[in-house]
Amino acid sequence: MLFRIVEKMAFRSLIQLLLETTQVIGPRKIAVTREGKPVHQYLPLSGFEELELGYDTTDIPAKSYFLPYEENLSTWSFIGNDWTQEITYRLQPRVLVGLHACDINALLKLDKVMTREFFPSPYYISRRKNSFIIGIDHEPCQGGFCHWLGTDSVNRGFDLFLTDLGDRYFVAIDSERGFTLLQQVAVRLVTENDTADYLTVRRRIASGFAPPLDVRQLPRLLDMEFDSEIWRRWGAKCLSCGSCAAVCPTCYCYGVSENVSMDFTRGAKVKQLYSCTLKDFAEVAGGHNFRSARETRLKYRYYHQHRGFVEQYDEPKCVGCGRCGRSCLAGINPQEIIGDLLATEVPS
Amino acid sequence: MNYLGIEPVRPRVALFSFTGCEGCQLQLANHEESLAEFLAAIRIVRFREISSSEQGEYDIALVEGAITRNDEVERLLAIRAQTKVLVALGSCACYGGVNRLKNSLDPAVMNREVYGDLSQESLPTRSVGEVVTVDLEIPGCPVSKPEVERIIQHLIWGIPYSFPAYPVCLECKQSFTLCRFQQGELCLGPLTRGGCRAICPAGGLGCWGCRGPAADPNYPEFFAIARQQGFSEREINERLTFFGGLEVTP
Ligand code: SF4
Ligand code: SF4
Ligand code: SF4
Ligand code: SF4
Ligand code: SF4
Repeated sequence: MLFRIVEKMAFRSLIQLLLETTQVIGPRKIAVTREGKPVHQYLPLSGFEELELGYDTTDIPAKSYFLPYEENLSTWSFIGNDWTQEITYRLQPRVLVGLHACDINALLKLDKVMTREFFPSPYYISRRKNSFIIGIDHEPCQGGFCHWLGTDSVNRGFDLFLTDLGDRYFVAIDSERGFTLLQQVAVRLVTENDTADYLTVRRRIASGFAPPLDVRQLPRLLDMEFDSEIWRRWGAKCLSCGSCAAVCPTCYCYGVSENVSMDFTRGAKVKQLYSCTLKDFAEVAGGHNFRSARETRLKYRYYHQHRGFVEQYDEPKCVGCGRCGRSCLAGINPQEIIGDLLATEVPS
Repeated sequence: MNYLGIEPVRPRVALFSFTGCEGCQLQLANHEESLAEFLAAIRIVRFREISSSEQGEYDIALVEGAITRNDEVERLLAIRAQTKVLVALGSCACYGGVNRLKNSLDPAVMNREVYGDLSQESLPTRSVGEVVTVDLEIPGCPVSKPEVERIIQHLIWGIPYSFPAYPVCLECKQSFTLCRFQQGELCLGPLTRGGCRAICPAGGLGCWGCRGPAADPNYPEFFAIARQQGFSEREINERLTFFGGLEVTP
C-alpha cells in the first residue's frame, strides 16, 4: 500500500474529472426522517455538490451495485425448432465513492463466496472488477458495531481510501489503477506532520466507539443455545418481511424465475435477491417447509451470520453495519440478540 | 409455441362484472406492449371493455366485483356451473373490497344514505369465494396486468402459479424506497402480500393492503408497532378493514 496527500480542492477536481466520462455513485441525501435525521443512499451523482461524504450511513448497502436486487441472467428466444440465448455482463466501468470500512469489508466477504467457490459468478465478477472504489474513514455511525467484529478498518478491497485531515485527505492507495488515477491531479508525498495528523484522527475515531462485546465465543454459544427461549422471544416479533437480509451488505441468497413473453417465443431468466426470514425460503417441491416457524427462520439467519459462515470462511459474515436492526420495524437487532446470547454464559 | 414441452392451447376466457368499479377489467386492456400477444394467447368470448359480444362456451371465467344482491348470486351460480376454472379477479372479488365497509354499518341507515327514498335491495357484501368455490384468487386494486399475464400463462401450461409469499416491505428495499413509517405515516406493507412493486410507498403513500395478507402475517406484532409509532387503535383498524382482506386486530 502507498500513501499520498491530496488537497480537498484537488479531490473535487478528481471527482469532476471522473464525472465527465464515468458513472460515479456516492452517498446522496434523499430525505429527512420525521425526527429530522437526514437519510442517505448510494446513488449516481450528477455533480460533486451532491456528494455528502460526511454522511452517517445509508439504508441500502453498496452491495446493490454488485448483487442487484433484480438481475437479468439471460434472455432466450425460440426460432423454429432451435433456440438462442443471450447473456450480457455489466462491463462499463463505474466509480463508487464514499464507502465506509464495513461496506468494503462486506465486499471482501462476498468476494470469497462469489469468486472463489466452485462456481464463481461472472455476473458478480464483471461488476466487481469494473468498479473503482474510493473508501473513506468516518466517525462511528449510529447503531453500528463493526468494532465488535474487527471490520471498523479495512486494508484491502478498495482502490483509494481517504482519511479526512481537515483541509486535505490522507489517501491509502491499494491498486495500480488507483495510483494512475491520482496522477491526474496534484498529489504530494506524506510528511511527518501529515502522519501525526492521520494518527490523531484515527485515535479519535477509535475512541468514539462504545466498549465492544466480546463475540469470539459466539459460534460455540450458538450451538449451545440452539433451543434457547431467546429465539422464541425474538422470533415472535418477526414480521417475515426480509428487510434485514435485503439491507445486509453480505446477504446474497436469491431465487430465479422465468419470465416468458405472452406469445411464448421469448423469455428471460430473472434473479431476485431473497431472504431466509421469508416464509417460503426453505419450502421444497411437494410443499414441505423446513423452516415454517418464524423463530426458526430468524434463528437460522443468525446462525449463518455468526456460525455457518465462520465454519466455512473462518470469520463471521456480519460486518456490524447495523443496517438490519435499523430497517427492522419490530426492533430486532443483532446487538441485543448477541447480548442476550452472551448473557447466557456464566461469568468465570 | 411449445414451452417446456407444452403446446399452449388457447383457452376461452369470459369476463364477468359484479359490484365494483370495473377497474380490474379495464386493467386487462392495459399493458399495451403485450396486449396483442395477450389477446392472441387466449380467446376472449366475453369482455365488455373490448367488445360487447356475448358468445356461449368458456373454459375460464374471470369474475370481477363483490356480491351484494340476490340476482348477482344467481348469475354467479350459473357461471360456476358452466365454467371449468373460476378466477376471482381483484380485491372486490377476493375479499369484498371497499364494498365490504358497509357491513359494519346499519343496513337501513346505509341504504337511506346512498339511495334516499328509493330504497334498493342490498345484501351484506360477500366475496366471490363466500358464495361459490373459487379456483384461483388474483388480488389487487386494481390487479396488476403483468401478474395476470403470468397467471394466464400458468393456466395454459397447467402449472400452479405461486404468488409472492413475502410482504410489500421487501419490494420497498428493492426499489430504494424510504419506509413510510420513517416519515411518520401508517403503512400496512408488513402484513400485505408483495408483488405490486410497492407502488404506493414508492409514490409516497402508505400501503392500504389491497393485495390481502402475505404468507405469514404477524398481526399482533404489527399492531404493537403501529401503536408504538403513535397510531390509534381506530386508525389502525380502519386501515386494516379497508379492502376486507386483512384481519382486524383487537
Ligand atoms: S427480523 Fe425484522 S427486518 Fe428481518 S424479517 Fe424479521 S421483521 Fe423483517
Ligand atoms: S447482519 Fe446486520 S449488522 Fe450484520 S452486516 Fe448484515 S445488516 Fe449489517
Ligand atoms: S441464508 Fe439468510 S443470512 Fe445467510 S446469506 Fe442468505 S439471506 Fe443472508
Ligand atoms: S413503507 Fe410500508 S411496505 Fe415499505 S418498508 Fe415501510 S412498512 Fe414496509
Ligand atoms: S402498496 Fe399496498 S395498497 Fe398499494 S398496490 Fe401494493 S398492496 Fe396495494
